[in-house]
Amino acid sequence: MIDSKIPDGPLAEKWNNYKAKAKLVNPANRKKLNIIVVGTGLAGASCAASLAEQGYNIKSFCFQDSARRAHSVAAQGGVNAAKNYKNDGDSTFRMFYDTIKGGDFRSREANVYRLAECSAHLIDQAVAQGVPFAREYAGYLNNRSFGGVQVSRTFYARGQTGQQLLLGAYQGLLRQVSLGKVIMHTRHEMLELVVIDGKAKGIIARNLETGELERHVADAVVLASGGYGKVYYLSTLAMGCNSSAIWRAHKKGAYMAGVSWIQFHPTSLPQHGENQSKLTLMSESLRNDGRIWVPKTAKDDRNPNIIPEEERDYYLERKYPSFGNLAPRDISSRAAKERIDAGHGVGPMKNAIYLDFSDAIKAQGKDKIEAKYSNLFAMYEKITGINAYKEPMLISPSAHFTMGGLWVDYELMTSIPGLFALGEANFADHGANRLGANSLLQACVDGYFIAPYTIPNYLASELNAPKNDISHPAFDEAEKAVRAQLDRFLNSKGTLSTDYFHKKIGRLLYEKCGLSRSKEKLEEALKEIKLIKESFEKDLLLTGDDTLNSELEKAGRIADYIELAELMCYDALQREESCGAHFREEYQTADGEAVRNDADFCYVSAWEWKGKEHKPELHKEPLVFESVELAVRSYK
Amino acid sequence: MKLYLKIWRQLNTSSKGEMVNYEIDGVSEHMSFLEMLDLLNESLIQKRERVIEFDHDCREGICGQCGVMIDGRANGPLKNTTTCQLHMRSFKDGDTIYIEPFRAKAFPVLRDLKIDRSAFDSIIEAGGFIGVSTGQAPEANTIPISYETAEASFDAAACIGCGACVATCKNASAALFVGAKITHLALLPQGKVEASKRVLTMVEEMDAQGFGNCSDTRACEIECPQGISILSIAKMNAEYSKAVIFRK
Repeated sequence: MIDSKIPDGPLAEKWNNYKAKAKLVNPANRKKLNIIVVGTGLAGASCAASLAEQGYNIKSFCFQDSARRAHSVAAQGGVNAAKNYKNDGDSTFRMFYDTIKGGDFRSREANVYRLAECSAHLIDQAVAQGVPFAREYAGYLNNRSFGGVQVSRTFYARGQTGQQLLLGAYQGLLRQVSLGKVIMHTRHEMLELVVIDGKAKGIIARNLETGELERHVADAVVLASGGYGKVYYLSTLAMGCNSSAIWRAHKKGAYMAGVSWIQFHPTSLPQHGENQSKLTLMSESLRNDGRIWVPKTAKDDRNPNIIPEEERDYYLERKYPSFGNLAPRDISSRAAKERIDAGHGVGPMKNAIYLDFSDAIKAQGKDKIEAKYSNLFAMYEKITGINAYKEPMLISPSAHFTMGGLWVDYELMTSIPGLFALGEANFADHGANRLGANSLLQACVDGYFIAPYTIPNYLASELNAPKNDISHPAFDEAEKAVRAQLDRFLNSKGTLSTDYFHKKIGRLLYEKCGLSRSKEKLEEALKEIKLIKESFEKDLLLTGDDTLNSELEKAGRIADYIELAELMCYDALQREESCGAHFREEYQTADGEAVRNDADFCYVSAWEWKGKEHKPELHKEPLVFESVELAVRSYK
Repeated sequence: MKLYLKIWRQLNTSSKGEMVNYEIDGVSEHMSFLEMLDLLNESLIQKRERVIEFDHDCREGICGQCGVMIDGRANGPLKNTTTCQLHMRSFKDGDTIYIEPFRAKAFPVLRDLKIDRSAFDSIIEAGGFIGVSTGQAPEANTIPISYETAEASFDAAACIGCGACVATCKNASAALFVGAKITHLALLPQGKVEASKRVLTMVEEMDAQGFGNCSDTRACEIECPQGISILSIAKMNAEYSKAVIFRK
């Protein structure tokens, strides 16, 4: 039976109650305890720095060449906080409710409330670190609004909020490196979790410069390795983003939850050709001023600027009048796909919709629009060669964020004691759909404010546990398994490259386990994945040696993606309802809206790995709602 | 289009490298420069050869991990861009393109086009932060910062740490990178407390890492993907002088 460890008491008191009772480790004992943190994005860097400040010894790992490059850096739009600086009716409860509703009532009340509760202090923390958030002329912090809400609670630093927050966390982390409390391992990839007597006690990491396998032992292991949207190949994620750290932990016993809940971002650039490697995101903040439309007539090839107003279909404003162009991401993306599939898509590949700024430029002037979005417009022009001040942007939905991830309890601990998962690597707070500007928030809150209480609470009882070292047989066994897989890849003399397999699995998921799913498509996908898996084992072609070798790195990540894709399909198949980003074609209303089934599916699906030859086992964590009423999620 | 590439190949830091010729066909003008290299690598794999190693990650111009010299210019023919944001429409059929790693004493080559930029991390470690711990922060709006100051601070804070400034500088100076961090933090009231100490330790570390001196050629400003102004170098110099004069 799954225990989510939600504390007693009324919703607003739960976190305070937890903190009041959490066990502590005295300052003299903290330096005897070692913690491994994998990932240096917002969650990993903030957690590592905060625990180091308390006095623990931290080893921090990232695959990039510097901790500052983790993919949090790419978040553009902003970070939410219930400060109510705009005096427009915001509050902790309002933010909690927006997030629960945005997630289509598939997340835990207690977790989400805590996220909203800690949000305000995050802004304080970031400002103190020197994050240059946007200001009003009087010097106070500015806000804007984002999809799925009716208040302005989003703090931002031009279109580079993620970068600025990450630099704050990264600088905090390097400050601890200079003080000797954090040992940094850049260009290292975790390839195995080491479990001793049922507890997470270390990792096997590969030095990506030399190829050496290293053993690292600790009293607790934190995975803050990000999301796995790159499983779709074409996505808004960085090329190196991967599922390997969490997937290998999953195969060691950690449950995965909400695995098929993948957010498709509505405003990314459309695909233009076969050799494309990535879909660039245009911040959702553009929807504050841009209007989304397609031609009313299907296959209308005219230049958008000469299509008269009455022949344009502003379909979001038409279908969702109260939220309009700021409808939540899942709804906007699905509406776009519906229009594109119905033949109204625009652009050379007919796979896009228009995001039009002409009305905003007319009303506010070009200067105002430039001040808000100049870097985004410049980026758009660099990539497409098109000036978006003069004609509408072409945009389309693309795989972006994984609500799913390692299952964690209220303490952010996985089903393996001593193994914690933070940020996008866990499944916890966003339910079946994440609201814009909540991901930077969750990563930061997990790392700055939650893990620094819950990890010491665990470590307090580990203080007197027997100490292990890297000569333990569990390390031998883990290293042997890693070695065997690397050797198998290095001896792959087939005909097909790693990218071939990545693109193949990605395309399959886009078609059959993407924006919309059905029993039929998912069953087909499961059969096809089996074939891809067999082909990967015998047809892979890999060159290079066991030192610095990017193809070898990719091979391991793709092997994991193929297994993960299978679990995504099992998860989507088992959930016979539509909720948030999970849209099952069999479960919709006559006008195409999602039909949730609270009677049968009001639970978190947590999956247990049962070995290569067996189906995963489902564990259900019931979702209990005490403070909100389950409602049909309407943005009309 | 068809292109003739001359690419730097080097096995490791201690080995001697050389330029190697490649031909590539079927390049579309919409491809990014890195996608063109992906295509070349795919053909190398099919020939059972080792791929060309190059650094990259986000491919949207913000992580700062990519960056190569293209025809002798950091990140190629466009001003103020990263390599990943350079598209093949900047080249034409039949062009010969020279591709080399960013070169500087402080950035040793690891393999082919991959370099080690950890010297930048060492400089940040030396003081490129505000010494606030989690939990110490006061309410955010108790520190009003004028719109202009916040914007000017942001202009410097936007540095992505890619190293194009160093690569393009004839002295391999890191003055723009260091100046940007000094400026970002020194302009903000929160960062003023440690400003003198910060500039002294960071400049000392910059020298220790083997970067050259700034001789004011402004080459860095032209290539910087974030368009960071050399005024931040002037700001660093001013902060440095102030710190030396008032040093106790």
